[in-house]
Amino acid sequence: MTTARAAAIILAKELRLEFRTRELLTATVIFALVVVVLFSFAFDPTAAESRRYGPGLLWIAFLFAGSLMLNPSFAREQNNETLDALRMAPISSFAILLGKILANFIFMSLAELVLVPVFAVLYNLSLAGIVWRLILVLALGTLGLTVTGTVFSAISAHARMRELLLPLLLLPLLTPLLIAAVESTAALFAEQPALDRTWLAFLAGFDIVFLTASWLLCDHLLEE
Amino acid sequence: MPALATPSPSAPAPLGVSFHNVEKRFGSLAALRGVSLEIRAGEFVALLGPNGAGKTTLLRMAALLMNPTRGAVLFSTAAATQHAPSHQEASAFRPKNSIGLVGHSTLLYDELTAAENLTLFARLYALENIAATVAAALDDCGLAARAGSLVRTFSRGMRQRLSIARALLHQPSMILLDEPAAGLDRQGLAWFSARLARLKTAGCTVLMSTHARNESLDLATRAVALAGGRVDNDSGSNGDPRALLAALRTEQ
Repeated sequence: MTTARAAAIILAKELRLEFRTRELLTATVIFALVVVVLFSFAFDPTAAESRRYGPGLLWIAFLFAGSLMLNPSFAREQNNETLDALRMAPISSFAILLGKILANFIFMSLAELVLVPVFAVLYNLSLAGIVWRLILVLALGTLGLTVTGTVFSAISAHARMRELLLPLLLLPLLTPLLIAAVESTAALFAEQPALDRTWLAFLAGFDIVFLTASWLLCDHLLEE
Repeated sequence: MPALATPSPSAPAPLGVSFHNVEKRFGSLAALRGVSLEIRAGEFVALLGPNGAGKTTLLRMAALLMNPTRGAVLFSTAAATQHAPSHQEASAFRPKNSIGLVGHSTLLYDELTAAENLTLFARLYALENIAATVAAALDDCGLAARAGSLVRTFSRGMRQRLSIARALLHQPSMILLDEPAAGLDRQGLAWFSARLARLKTAGCTVLMSTHARNESLDLATRAVALAGGRVDNDSGSNGDPRALLAALRTEQ
């Protein structure tokens, strides 16, 4: 079986489980909304301040929500040791990882779909004219977040203090991604919106490097 | 006869496994200490021993879920034995398609239905006629009427029967059973013993760990007792396992 076909089966399983329980999506969306709303209460931003600080606040909310959402990705396979059943199947380890990365990417994107319009209203920012470019930036940033987050979810799944371990491992590693994503988003929210190709290339490079690393290391990531 | 009762003509050839001076350490704890054991294709081996003897670790290595710290676990088919593969060839032979495992946990998703669980694994094993295969498996384990129920609503015994059905879904030629009778009621045990008898007749290699008496032990052609991570006693491939099994029963 090809890796793509096996990953599609894992993805379908993840989507079915999540849309049946709605555990991850509900928690992630509510948490991210609370963060954004609390930030808006903490200070009353003018349009100029929003353009300056808004992108940073938005990505911090994504990062915190992401670390919350990605933690159970492998941890919930521990319940009945279902990861053993997946590992015993005649599919590559990367297919398991890729299926989960794609599922997390979809969940995170759905959360962002709810969060971004609320953010735009609360912070007096207009999305008109930048929607497609913003989607490109969000997609590249979210892919980097979900690739690294899923990999570290696999690493921390066996740990006793995994809820604490994942953010501790993940957030420092995501600092370059955060900077690039914030700069790219800030360029879009500027008075003269523009797509910053340098930071965009950095985001794409980050995604490619970590996706390649997860492909190379997947056997070691999933073994006991 | 259910579709999965007997290996089809395209089913993998009977599989044997050999452990060569296998050692497994978890930090400072040695779970296995130099185990050497050859299980021939088609043997029905009862793996005996108290808790902590190393039975589960041995089975997990045979299931390709765990690598030994030292030593080697090699698989062979009857065909491979005839043309004597090199050590390198034998090490690279990882017959995932041919191995089934019933573990301590159910290896099932609680939030999927019985049919969805089996369909998932049928797809991952690229089985043909998935709907018919899943229906036959559910019928065989007596859960056809609960095909659409979530696994979390099942009793322990029903979960165990579904777990066994999942492990046998792809018609493995080697089945690894870790305390498989746990949670099964009288009816479940009878079904399980009959299922094992069919597998034995079909030439399937069976490794079953247990520390409690159950009627399926009567099917064993060999008994291996582990203690402290070592092989303590082995009735051998051509020996009589009854003495070892009787000793086990006396201990209970």
